[in-house]
Amino acid sequence: MIEVISGNRCIECDICVKVCPANVFDKTGGVPVIARQDDCQTCFLCEIYCPTDALYVAEYADGPIAITEAEIDERDLFGSYSRALGWKRGKPGGTQFDPTHRIRVAQV
Amino acid sequence: MSSKQTDPSGSDRLQLEADVLVIGGGPSGAWAALAAAENGAKVVLADKGYLGTSGATAPSNTGTWCVAPGEDRAQIVERRWQRTAGLADPRWMLRCVDRAYENLLKLVEWGYPFPSEDDGKLYIANLRGPDYMAFMRRRVLLAGVTVLDQHPALELLSNGETVTGAAGVDRQRHRDWRVDASAVVLATGGCAFHERILGATGLTGDGYLMAAEAGATLSGMEFTGKYTLAPHGSSLNKGLPFRWATFYREGGAEIINSDGEPLRNGIGEREKEIARAMIEAPVYARLDQAEPALQDWLRQGQPNCFVPYSRMGINPFKDLFRVTFKAEGTVRGTGGIRVATADCGTDVPGLYVAGDAASRENMTGAVSGGGAVNSSWAIASGWWSGQGASQFARRHEQRSAFRSASKPLGEAGLRPTGTTKPGLTARDVVAAVQAEVLPLEKNYFRDGNRLEISRLTLDTLWHDVRHHLAGTGVDRYRSREAAAIAATGRWSVNAALARQESRGMHRRADFKTSDPAFTRPILVSGVDDIRVEGSPPLQHGKELA
Ligand SMILES: Cc1cc2nc3c(=O)[nH]c(=O)nc-3n(C[C@H](O)[C@H](O)[C@H](O)COP(=O)(O)OP(=O)(O)OC[C@H]3O[C@@H](n4cnc5c(N)ncnc54)[C@H](O)[C@@H]3O)c2cc1C
Ligand code: SF4
Ligand code: SF4
Repeated sequence: MIEVISGNRCIECDICVKVCPANVFDKTGGVPVIARQDDCQTCFLCEIYCPTDALYVAEYADGPIAITEAEIDERDLFGSYSRALGWKRGKPGGTQFDPTHRIRVAQV
Repeated sequence: MSSKQTDPSGSDRLQLEADVLVIGGGPSGAWAALAAAENGAKVVLADKGYLGTSGATAPSNTGTWCVAPGEDRAQIVERRWQRTAGLADPRWMLRCVDRAYENLLKLVEWGYPFPSEDDGKLYIANLRGPDYMAFMRRRVLLAGVTVLDQHPALELLSNGETVTGAAGVDRQRHRDWRVDASAVVLATGGCAFHERILGATGLTGDGYLMAAEAGATLSGMEFTGKYTLAPHGSSLNKGLPFRWATFYREGGAEIINSDGEPLRNGIGEREKEIARAMIEAPVYARLDQAEPALQDWLRQGQPNCFVPYSRMGINPFKDLFRVTFKAEGTVRGTGGIRVATADCGTDVPGLYVAGDAASRENMTGAVSGGGAVNSSWAIASGWWSGQGASQFARRHEQRSAFRSASKPLGEAGLRPTGTTKPGLTARDVVAAVQAEVLPLEKNYFRDGNRLEISRLTLDTLWHDVRHHLAGTGVDRYRSREAAAIAATGRWSVNAALARQESRGMHRRADFKTSDPAFTRPILVSGVDDIRVEGSPPLQHGKELA
């Protein structure tokens, strides 16, 4: 579930407000707020669309776990999903290196 | 909830005209919009969320069913047909692989960054969700389609003969919208009953309810018994890594299968045994059957599967972690709106259907089409429905003339027949439906007596929904979603009762084997009074228990 918007990292572009498929965020004129946290579908997509890696979605989908910005920073988790995919500054990238063809054995 | 109130009849409402309105912005809606625009139609696409991130594909990594033209194509289709438990139609399967292949080549032509195999050939059989859908968004905008993001559709409009558009809410600007159109494509995806799985937040069966209100028939709604493993409490219903799992009890004792061996492979024939073990007590897994090279490919190729593990701070190849079965309703099930014509028309003139909103029985029968067939079907049916709808629009161009005659069709969750009940919220309704259609012991393992109890429970709930459930302002979309989830639950349970046999993902304890008399689809229609057709006359000695 979406847990943190880092005010330090956010550049107030409102992209997350626009792209979240569950309409979780609200504009404020400054850093957006998580207005409807329980609607979050834990898809991690706001993270990769954010140009400054300012968002953090925890793996637990059923409710908030209250992880702190300090812990996310310390474990270097901001932007970790974008890096794994190869997305940069909120823009797609990396799919041309996807090795899924090697493992697609028997997905049902 | 925190939404502002808005006057639904206020002047600040968006009103548009189009030849074709596409409702839903997953892959099937995107392909439908492209096909209609290519045919010269003026197209509006409205999505509940955002075209690019919404729907089941966007957060996932989807394999397509990619069959190149060639001599063995018919055999490949035949082999897949063998796995569909007799309900698929090889002619549709052949058409679909051919259309999907053509469109995958269009992606190549348009510069989609496919990966290469070792011999340098492009590997076009896999589409990484976020990249694919971001790419499709650009193509749709480039084609001149008007895209309305965060605009859930609430109901269809009809002039009594054909479907003439839809109306809904803009949930960010807090205003109503209406699009008058000569034809409508429903590409609203499946219904996962608000289970917290990847991409399913907006997949609440809205399209089924809208279609049924217009008089369309649904097919295969009993095929909702599909579940996929996920780390406990996560949204990651990605089965693939569990191909290499061994299953344990808390504390690390191996679970032993019916042949006395350790229980392994979460996506194979032992799935039932894992489900049974989970009903008894919590089940744990470890991906200890994956070789080191495979571990790397899994990590790189399916990064979203590994997000939860790294965030939990565990190594799934070495550490035990608890797992759950996530219910997937019709998203990885196969039921949906009946496809009545070759161009994906429904039983209702002017109404077309694509992707998961459509029944996929023609393609994949009683087994899940997740993992290949569904994404190719989304491409092909999207294309056909867009072409069909634009041709229909050309034949029925009437625009302003019909607008005055158009009436909104939405009832449940929008226009209750009685007064609203303070105790009855959208959330309560969803929870009550979930209690009948999510538990493994009710919906994975089915039984006539229990289904009958579910049917009665959901009928009573429906009575309340019809009489009392409504929302205000933009929150009307929530009451409408709850109504659609309740309606879908009822159709599913009614169809499951009618199919008095076991077939594919429909597992009846009271009818354990397949019955050739049921090698045909079960059709359901009607919203308040549900009609079920297609079940053969009761066989001798097979009275409902
Ligand atoms: C985790 C996961 C992995 C998968 N992997 C594979 C795979 O490897 N291979 C494969 O073939 N298939 C796979 N599938 C299935 C595949 O993702 C779907 O078949 C495909 O996304 C269907 O496309 P669609 O456009 O019909 O529906 P979706 O992609 O689900 O899109 C439906 C759209 O409709 C919108 N919508 C809903 N209601 C409304 C409304 N009232 N108004 C406006 N818009 C609305 C939603 O916001 C959404 O954007 C997977 C599914 C999941 C969940
Ligand atoms: S996308 Fe990132 S930078 Fe932009 S507003 Fe949201 S959190 Fe801030
Ligand atoms: S994880 Fe998905 S649903 Fe949740 S806030 Fe981010 S984009 Fe929205």
